[in-house]
Amino acid sequence: MNAPPHLPSRSPYDPMLVVEDLRVSFPRRGGGRTEAVRGVSFTLGRERLGIVGESGSGKSQTGRAILGLTAPEGRVSARRLMFNGVDLMHCTPRERRLLRGGRIAMVLQDPKYSLNPVMTIGDQIVETLRAHTRMSFSEARTRAMAALESVQIDDPKRVYTLYPHEVSGGMGQRAMIAMMLIANPDLLIADEPTSALDVTVQLQVLAVLDALVVERGMGLIFISHDLRLVSTFCDRILVMYAGQVVEEVSAGRLADAKHPYTRGLLNCVPKLGASVHPLPTLDRLPEWAL
Amino acid sequence: MTANATRNGAVPGETLRDWLISDRPRSRRQASVGRAYRAWRGFSSNRLAMLGLVIVVGLVLVAIFANLLSPYSPYIGDLRTTRLLPPSPAHWFGTDDQGRDILSRIIQGSRITLFVVVLVAILAAPIGLAVGTVAGYSGGLIDAALMRITDIFLAFPRLILALAFVAALGPGIENAVLAIAITSWPPYARIARAETLTIRQTDYIAAVQLIGASPWRIVLRHIMPLCVASVIVRVTLDMAGIILTAAGLGFLGLGAQPPMPEWGAMIANGRLYVLDQWWVAAAPGAAIFVVSLAFNLLGDGLRDALDPRAAK
Amino acid sequence: MSTGGRGDVRLLRASNALGRFLVVILLTYLGLLAVTFFIGRVIPIDPVLAIVGDRAPEHVIARVREELGLNKPLWEQFYIYVSKVLQGDFGRSVLTSNPVMQDIRRTFPATLELATLGIIIGAGIGVPLGVWAAVRRGRLVDQIIRIVGLVGYSVPIFWLGLMALVVFYARLGWVGGPGRIDVVYEYTLVPVTGLLLLDTARAGEWEAFANALSHLILPASLLGYFALAYISRMTRSFMLNELAQEYVVAARAKGLSESRIIWRHALRNAMVPLVTVIALSYAGLLEGSVLTETVFSWPGLGLYITNSLQNADMNAVLGGTIIVGSIFIGLNLLSDLLYTLLDPRTRTR
Ligand SMILES: Nc1ncnc2c1ncn2[C@@H]1O[C@H](COP(=O)(O)OP(=O)(O)OP(=O)(O)O)[C@@H](O)[C@H]1O
Ligand SMILES: [Mg+2]
Repeated sequence: MNAPPHLPSRSPYDPMLVVEDLRVSFPRRGGGRTEAVRGVSFTLGRERLGIVGESGSGKSQTGRAILGLTAPEGRVSARRLMFNGVDLMHCTPRERRLLRGGRIAMVLQDPKYSLNPVMTIGDQIVETLRAHTRMSFSEARTRAMAALESVQIDDPKRVYTLYPHEVSGGMGQRAMIAMMLIANPDLLIADEPTSALDVTVQLQVLAVLDALVVERGMGLIFISHDLRLVSTFCDRILVMYAGQVVEEVSAGRLADAKHPYTRGLLNCVPKLGASVHPLPTLDRLPEWAL
Repeated sequence: MTANATRNGAVPGETLRDWLISDRPRSRRQASVGRAYRAWRGFSSNRLAMLGLVIVVGLVLVAIFANLLSPYSPYIGDLRTTRLLPPSPAHWFGTDDQGRDILSRIIQGSRITLFVVVLVAILAAPIGLAVGTVAGYSGGLIDAALMRITDIFLAFPRLILALAFVAALGPGIENAVLAIAITSWPPYARIARAETLTIRQTDYIAAVQLIGASPWRIVLRHIMPLCVASVIVRVTLDMAGIILTAAGLGFLGLGAQPPMPEWGAMIANGRLYVLDQWWVAAAPGAAIFVVSLAFNLLGDGLRDALDPRAAK
Repeated sequence: MSTGGRGDVRLLRASNALGRFLVVILLTYLGLLAVTFFIGRVIPIDPVLAIVGDRAPEHVIARVREELGLNKPLWEQFYIYVSKVLQGDFGRSVLTSNPVMQDIRRTFPATLELATLGIIIGAGIGVPLGVWAAVRRGRLVDQIIRIVGLVGYSVPIFWLGLMALVVFYARLGWVGGPGRIDVVYEYTLVPVTGLLLLDTARAGEWEAFANALSHLILPASLLGYFALAYISRMTRSFMLNELAQEYVVAARAKGLSESRIIWRHALRNAMVPLVTVIALSYAGLLEGSVLTETVFSWPGLGLYITNSLQNADMNAVLGGTIIVGSIFIGLNLLSDLLYTLLDPRTRTR
């Protein structure tokens, strides 16, 4: 059960993902709608794209809309939403489902809540694999162990049989990554995948993701709060504010960022040797949100 | 409707509706009236709940005007001419084995149903309220003991226990009410305790304690009144169950005694003729069903309107 | 930590929890006995007069009082009562003049069979209906299922039983009438388990089996409907809660089919609290049999209790109450144990 056969295969020249004027809105209590994402546009090749922005700026909702995981009461619209030549806005639900997990995957933000509490970690990983490939249980099991090992879990045999509440937050996060990578997706959207990891494990996990981008040509959207991490790890960075992309810069040129909000974020990154007094604060001017 | 100039802090050009649904109430009274108005709007937009309310109000009216509404005497029938007649324009619901008009008996019976429901509520709610607030406010050993007792009562088979009580006390409507009340207070105690635990933390109670009010006074005057609302919602939700239990006791011959036109007892009477004269049992059962359905709809609507979390 | 060590810790914690739980059960049971004792000994005007009549001479009353142990202090009477009950001695039934325990043993299987089939019907239909309502929340099916449920717990079950008898037995003749089985089969049957469906099937008497089933199906469906009303409503609300969880989004992100997400992920989580609901419904059906059995002349515990009630046979009433109460408490215990089994989080807590 791979991708539906009639979907065109990807050409190396097209960008993998094209997002144009993506909008997500939710009904507001007492009438009217709030727009969580307001006209986001970007393209993605086989590269690492970072999305940063403060809490509530619409990063996760952007990622979810690309996968078609917006909550049922939410409404998604886009002028164009193309993945490898497939028009996602006009797919049937079944076609979208077959893409999910197999060709586009998403690591959800909070491992504590995004793992099923009554299923073992191993069963949950095997399940992804068996939803997308015909494969015997024992083969899937072996692959799952390997996947756990690849995200730097030392004792995959044991972790395989554990329930989510029995593992630490960082281990859960890595299990989640393994679960989402196991079917070899072309595009991975990782929503703060390393927030619960300590620095050494964080670097190891980033290396795993990096290798997939470089060796397999996977596309990666890396969502984070951490501007410094994103600027060292990603090729390009989108800065979001109030549901919009306020700035797009390549990582190397972050210092040249023009938008005052980005500059504000940059000022909040502590630098060695610089005085931290007075503590920098972020300005939020109402006109940025227009 | 424009704002009344005497209303405190009214803004010119503001309608009454604006004033009621304002995000920024300018007085405590406006806030609470506004809250009630929003709850009422939520409730009245729920068509099923409104239906329930209409039926319950109808039941109360029928009970009040029972004597005017009954076309015949509910107690005396004509054994020679009107025995076991099928429904007809003269007797809408037919007549029973004593020749009595069933519609008239059902109309009179609404008084008994209302009597049972109101009396059980008056007996059980205060017991639950007292146990719950005292347990919640005192905490410690008293709390543990009272809640243990509550849990023990909760784990009992309520209907059978009520049956046993009535069997021991002797059949009769008052004893049935007593038995139902004795077995139905524990949920109210649970709710009242939960409320008390949150109220106890408030600055307001701390202030009253500082003034030197006695614990009894605090529980009686300051905590109990605040718990009443949620207990009332729960009581409304339980009304249907109370009606069904009372009817069940009546059906078994342990509730209201003949010739009282109690609906459950009427079904028991109709049971003897049910294969040929089905209407004798059908009508009182349908009456019980409609009234308890109404209380269920009303209770659901009240809970949804007062607790938006439960609405989903 | 080795796997063996882990297991030991788990076992220790589980047994601790079990110990605490048994204390609660014991207290509850003692409470039940205290209440029945209170009802039986304290409330009636005078149990002695109930036996000898109010015109008996003074010395007869005194003798009976002594025989009944009523001259002893209350706590001692309670102690004697508890130790008797624990030995299964509920006294003699005035009505049948058998020991109450013997009567209960004879009548209980009928009730068990009825309630068990009832809960199978109720949970078997109620859970899928609740799931369906949750998945199609706010749509027409959701409304219909809600109404079906509302009707179920607003309708007096004994009345619905009567009406169903009129329609399906008297008018349509689709089902057997009152009683457990037609008289012709009653004396050919050797009771082994007391459950007629099992007994007839074991003996290979399929005609009798079909007959017993035709008697059972109507009251069992009614009890099942009664249970369904509550179970479907609770299932819907638990499922709505689960479907809003983040792990459901994750399961979608994995590309799982909707049906797998609903049944394997969400329902599996919803089952944890649902087990309690189902167990309590089962207990409710055993209790509700008092009314249903009366309507269907079903010779079970419920009918036994009702008949004893109407004849003021307090030994039998209290014996039946204690048995039903014990089942309630037992089902509470069972549902807690199942809860622990179903939820891995409680196993290590
Ligand atoms: N189901 C929903 N209904 C209404 N509003 C929603 C819903 N889901 C998300 N939102 C709103 O969408 C906005 C964007 O949320 P989103 O989760 O994308 O933020 P985020 O940038 O990922 O924040 P964080 O860094 O905290 O994860 C928020 O303001 C949130 O309130
Ligand atoms: Mg987010």
